[in-house]
Amino acid sequence: MEKELIQLVDISKSFDGQMVLDELNLNIHENEFVTLLGPSGCGKTTTLRILGGFTNPDTGKVIFDGTDITQIPPNKRQLNTVFQKYALFTHMTIAENIAFGLKVKKKSKSYIDDKIRYALKLVNLEGYENRMPNSLSGGQQQRIAIARAIVNEPKVLLLDEPLGALDLKLRQEMQYELIRMKNELGITFVYVTHDQEEALTMSDTIVVMNQGYIQQIGSPESIYNEPENAFVADFIGDSNIISATMIEDKLVNILGTRFACVDTGFGRNRPVDVVIRPEDVNLVEPDQGTIQGVVTHLIFKGVHYEMEVMAAGFEWLVHSTTLFPVGKEVGIRVDPFNIQIMNKPESEDEEAVAIDI
Amino acid sequence: MKNTAKHIYTALIFLFLYAPIATLMVLSFNASKTRSKWGGFTINWYSRLFQNEEILEALGNTLLIAVVSAFVATIIGTIACVAMTGMKKRSRTILMGITNIPMLNAEIVTGISLMLLFISMGLRFGLGTILLSHITFNIPYVILSVMPRMKQLNPSTYEAALDLGASHVTAFFKVVFPDLLPGVLSGFLMAFTMSLDDFIITHFTKGAGVDTLSTKIYTEVKKGIKPEMYALSTLIFITVLILLLLVNMAPAKNKTPKNPKPL
Repeated sequence: MEKELIQLVDISKSFDGQMVLDELNLNIHENEFVTLLGPSGCGKTTTLRILGGFTNPDTGKVIFDGTDITQIPPNKRQLNTVFQKYALFTHMTIAENIAFGLKVKKKSKSYIDDKIRYALKLVNLEGYENRMPNSLSGGQQQRIAIARAIVNEPKVLLLDEPLGALDLKLRQEMQYELIRMKNELGITFVYVTHDQEEALTMSDTIVVMNQGYIQQIGSPESIYNEPENAFVADFIGDSNIISATMIEDKLVNILGTRFACVDTGFGRNRPVDVVIRPEDVNLVEPDQGTIQGVVTHLIFKGVHYEMEVMAAGFEWLVHSTTLFPVGKEVGIRVDPFNIQIMNKPESEDEEAVAIDI
Repeated sequence: MKNTAKHIYTALIFLFLYAPIATLMVLSFNASKTRSKWGGFTINWYSRLFQNEEILEALGNTLLIAVVSAFVATIIGTIACVAMTGMKKRSRTILMGITNIPMLNAEIVTGISLMLLFISMGLRFGLGTILLSHITFNIPYVILSVMPRMKQLNPSTYEAALDLGASHVTAFFKVVFPDLLPGVLSGFLMAFTMSLDDFIITHFTKGAGVDTLSTKIYTEVKKGIKPEMYALSTLIFITVLILLLLVNMAPAKNKTPKNPKPL
């Protein structure tokens, strides 16, 4: 991992007595694509605004490249932001929009012209210099917003749900565009979203947040495959979260049946939560399964069938390319490495959230 | 059939509304001094009007007061809108209510209150007091026309300007103000119009010997109606009409896309 560029130290923030961030600590590295992921109201946008300088934290420090910038106003920070609703200056042309930051910094005209050309090329909108923002589509406006930010050569680009207003197809295209731009620019991206698919596709590191706390930090793979608690498991993708007991290392009692697993170090006879992804639940003939159940629902989803199987008093969510009709008796088998063991949530808050969702 | 009835009804309404003004306008071109007889077309009353020094002075006062009061009220009103946007919703609603009261208040009450206030402050009545009172009653009209534009603003554009390195002042004048401009302009024109045709408040806050057009007409009419007054009234009506048309056209003009400027 490259060197640390930004450190958020013990950041707390409340609005009108409502705690939004509680002693948040986060390190962001150079050239990293970090995504702050969480449901609305989890504090992810506030975190981004604190980074940008638009919101002051009640306590804590923002360290940028070794310097404390907590009290530095946004116009003096070496970061640029791409706002959710583009925030283009509607009375200026595209070129004037992109030139805005450079003109403020009194750059020469030839430098500015070069930069505009370079930025428009980067976002694939060459020749749009003299158009007005309102004559562009949402996706194009968002590209201009990115161009306007990157011409200032920030070390970090902050993106606040930039794809939120675009339709699905365009959103997927822009995800690849963003990854390409980030690689071309070689700068750090801090990206805020509530869309787990966006986070998994683009990020080097995902920070899952809920209720002002960081729930888990990790690579997309580790967040998806090894969620640390029920909230993360539930928020990232579909999953079966089942209350279970760890009998001993590598053996867990799920709904009264013993399953082999690969986790160790949870102690003996400890209550735990188990996460099994729907695509990891294998449906087989009843006599070959570890436990038996009946298919209760069936939906065709395109790539796979989504089924619900009632077994041992629990409704299992199953994704499979093989069809098992409603009412059919099936057996359930799960490979040991697909059973993810998690500690039971400690605070009541977390518990409440896990049940809510 | 139904349509014809509709048109006749509308025509009647406009007839009753504008017949008096039309009469006035026709009479202002009447060569005969009596109102009952048409003595041929003349612009004599208009030229006499422009030779009358007292009237010209009153015209000068009116224009001066209208321009200055509208200008000052526009600045104060726009600043008020910016401030109110930053407030919590509750305080903003209360403040908006308070600024609306002077518009609904009977002008005679506003006039007398201002007069009493100026007396208690020991101010000398004259152009200054008229100006102060006109600024006062103009501010709500400016707020009324700027506030809707303010609400349409994307709050992120201001932050985006800061983010790109602009100072608060630059961000406001380069980014926020151009978006407010149509509202500011129509607020200015509205204030100008209101000031131009105000009589009651001016009547109570002017000093002896200082007159605006409306108070001048009032004094002249008391002495007996001269045809010059028809000409003057016609001119005021047309000026106000043009200004009102401008006010109504200002927001519409903004919708058409501007030609791209070369950088």
